[in-house]
Amino acid sequence: MPETHSTAYDSKVEGNVIFTRFDAALNWVRKNSLWPMPMGLACCAIELMATAASRFDIARFGAEVMRFSPRQCDVMIVAGTVTYKMALAVKRIYEQMPEPKWVIAMGACASTGGMYRSYAVLQGIDQLLPVDVYISGCPPRPEALLAGLMKLQEKISRERALKRQKPELVERLEEALT
Amino acid sequence: MTGEELFKSLAESFAEKIQRKTEFRGETTYTIATNDLREIATFCRDELAFDYLLDITSIDNFGEEPRFVIVYALYSMPHAIHLRFKLHVSEDVGVVDTVSDIWPTANWHEREIYDMMGIKFNGHPNLRRILMWDGYPFFPLRKDFPLQGLPSEMPDVAFTKITPLEGGPFVTVPSTATSKDREPRARAPEL
Repeated sequence: MPETHSTAYDSKVEGNVIFTRFDAALNWVRKNSLWPMPMGLACCAIELMATAASRFDIARFGAEVMRFSPRQCDVMIVAGTVTYKMALAVKRIYEQMPEPKWVIAMGACASTGGMYRSYAVLQGIDQLLPVDVYISGCPPRPEALLAGLMKLQEKISRERALKRQKPELVERLEEALT
Repeated sequence: MTGEELFKSLAESFAEKIQRKTEFRGETTYTIATNDLREIATFCRDELAFDYLLDITSIDNFGEEPRFVIVYALYSMPHAIHLRFKLHVSEDVGVVDTVSDIWPTANWHEREIYDMMGIKFNGHPNLRRILMWDGYPFFPLRKDFPLQGLPSEMPDVAFTKITPLEGGPFVTVPSTATSKDREPRARAPEL
């Protein structure tokens, strides 16, 4: 009876090695530890707090670390009515967040101005920032915010992270491989 | 003192300065001239114990002269009585004496009136805008200010744009239809 050998098998590392794409690993790490910037501007912020609290527990999705310094944040959750007086301050805080960064427009006001068709209210934060996920509701239930967060996680997992953020590195790698 | 005695005392002290007295549902309103405001206000606080200024508000009767009305709503804690003063202010004058040293709460009320209506207050310690930012060029609660706003620009501070009303105003039509059909939409109001 011929003896069989599995050449790729190495008992020392078995179970400790996985093969994946670099992007997939990077995105997996990123999407499961999103640190939100809680840009609470109105009543949506109350729902945001409820989402973070024990009953809904945003920690189940790895986004429990609300940071009040934009330098430590990945995702800005714009929760509430953005007045013109506040608009440029929101933009400035967004600009202080390090790349890669995402924006969730939570609720009707942040998405479109909502019921405030008014001289004082910016008609949607997407006029200033690139919004990734819009959440409907006035204010949205915590479940809706969690659903929005999951949508953002899906979006992040589809991103070509390396190529987008390190184009020179990818170019050099491609040259070296051809 | 009862309410009647209070108002009698006020009427006797300022007989020639009270232009008009109206009563509605047990609440008394006096119309006075802008020049007499501080004198009457001090009397009301010190002699009649109107120690609580509930609110100051302003009305824009656009197209009439004088254009603005300022309303002072007073309350007396010891007597549990309301009292209202009305002042007529023309647009050309546009200045009223402050009462923020008589009732400190008037400070922010007067700032709000200045911000929204553009009426100035003589002697106010800190007459800056309170809701909009310093340098915003309009007074939004005036009747000739359009509902959708006007564009303005202050680089690095704030900007405003015209709001898309999409044929508004937004009206709700009373009916027994579902909430989806009842909710406010941009419809021409049925006149």
